[in-house]
Amino acid sequence: MKIVVPVKQVAVLDEEFEMLEGRVDPDAIEWELNEWDDFSVEAALQLREAAGDGEVVVVSVGDEEAEEGLRACLAKGADRAQRIWEDSLEGADPLAVARVLAAAVERESPDLVLCGVQSSDGVHGATGVALAAHLGLPRVAVVKALDYDAGSRSATVERELEGGLVELLKVELPALLTIQTGINEPRYANLRAIKQAKEKPLEELGLSELGLDSDALGAAAGSRVRSMAPPEAGGGAEMLNGSPEAVAERIATIVKERLSG
Amino acid sequence: MSGVLVVAESRRGELREVSLELVGAALQLKDQAGGPVAVAVIGADTFGAAGIDEIITVATPTEHFEAHVHAAALEALIERQQPSVVLLGHTIDSLGFGPAVAAKLGLGFASDVTALAWDGGPIATRGGYGGKVEVELEFPGKDTVLLMLRAGAFDPAEATGAPEAQAVEVDAAPRTEHVGFREVEAGDVDITKAEFLLSVGRGIEDKDALPQFEELAEKMGATLSVSRPLVDAGWATNARQVGQSGKTVKPKVYLALGISGAVQHLAGMQNADTIIAVNTDPEAPIFRVAHYGAVADLFDVADELAEQF
Repeated sequence: MKIVVPVKQVAVLDEEFEMLEGRVDPDAIEWELNEWDDFSVEAALQLREAAGDGEVVVVSVGDEEAEEGLRACLAKGADRAQRIWEDSLEGADPLAVARVLAAAVERESPDLVLCGVQSSDGVHGATGVALAAHLGLPRVAVVKALDYDAGSRSATVERELEGGLVELLKVELPALLTIQTGINEPRYANLRAIKQAKEKPLEELGLSELGLDSDALGAAAGSRVRSMAPPEAGGGAEMLNGSPEAVAERIATIVKERLSG
Repeated sequence: MSGVLVVAESRRGELREVSLELVGAALQLKDQAGGPVAVAVIGADTFGAAGIDEIITVATPTEHFEAHVHAAALEALIERQQPSVVLLGHTIDSLGFGPAVAAKLGLGFASDVTALAWDGGPIATRGGYGGKVEVELEFPGKDTVLLMLRAGAFDPAEATGAPEAQAVEVDAAPRTEHVGFREVEAGDVDITKAEFLLSVGRGIEDKDALPQFEELAEKMGATLSVSRPLVDAGWATNARQVGQSGKTVKPKVYLALGISGAVQHLAGMQNADTIIAVNTDPEAPIFRVAHYGAVADLFDVADELAEQF
């Protein structure tokens, strides 16, 4: 079974950050692997292990920061990685990223594509399902349980709906699933595996190698950023200051007052 | 290209609340987007709301929502209506087909939109960097823009009697097979009935810390609830989870300790009467919906709170 898992390094902002020319100061950003992708990678590894053979390929659209995330996936057990980048991809929206991923995934003809439901920074929830549309694959979004049946080459999955409701549905492979957190327990890589991951293949690709150019990217993009700004500080919240004791006292007063009212 | 096409949402035969909010948002855009405001009801019963110009019903081959059927139906409706704006809810169902339609047709697109404006075309506001900044998006060169709106972010239109609907036939085949629905176990507690919720999140860091908060909740006369990461980690049951995939709660007091306030969490508690949040991160999105906030270590505050009750 061949499984492609698109992953992403996500931006984590420092507690204090400045805006520079309408953008977040890059110095205030740290990068880490998207939380949802820990679960999609784990799901892929478990399927490959259950099948007894196959390949897990992780793909990321990102600058050199993305290499660390790909190496982390290789250390957990992915077989090889691809990183796609060109400066014109800076700030690409989910639809543009999906277009790029589609060109990369098509080359692999996988049985299954597993994406995270969303990324913790962009929170669009769009890339995976847009990718499925480009690939012409059936898809299920927000999957919280996955049971693959090799005989029928189909997966029975649970789609997590609002309010604690779950829908069970069956989908034939090849297919694309977007994976929800909590579906499994992501493994940690040991030091030996982390070391070995440095030897695993990590292919670097530009747009032209995927038959794309910046015009194709522009056409695929769904939006352009017009402005970016921190929301009003604290919003409507009245901030309680002082020692933990003073804060607790105020909270206790508010709670008692509201509950008696 | 003119007008707004709203895709109403139903589940198991019932119209979902977000549908009226989508109509409300459509009315807000109507003057600039031009008419009409058309509402598509795909595979469900029709409904009415003030301000709707057209209702279009689409019969489907499946009883329940099916993402590929919905996608094909929406593509046909966009072709038929030529709208300048298409509005969907930012919901689990829409996540399964909205981005696919936008990608396939090359539409303008934004999801989890919290506010709308107009400047020669739609302008959508949404969060960035995990909700720590507000981003305004524009859609240059796009004749049709598909926007998925956050549930609860727009005022609902008034429900009225159902106007006469036009039935449209589309060729739409499912690509998944519905097996069934399952309610997640109710558990021993109904957090939706609680007047006072003490809610803890990732900030407690360790499963072993949980009993301390169970005790604190009992002491304060509160019911303990949790955010998603604690359920994912297996520390608490889904019955205690507040948020989109857990329970929507509206207690008199919601005291959040160590919850940063992911969008899906806020969706489940933002209508509480009084929200108090304690978090070490001054930029945590929860402070934007909270009435009272404190930037502090939750364990320090918890210890002191135990003294107050």
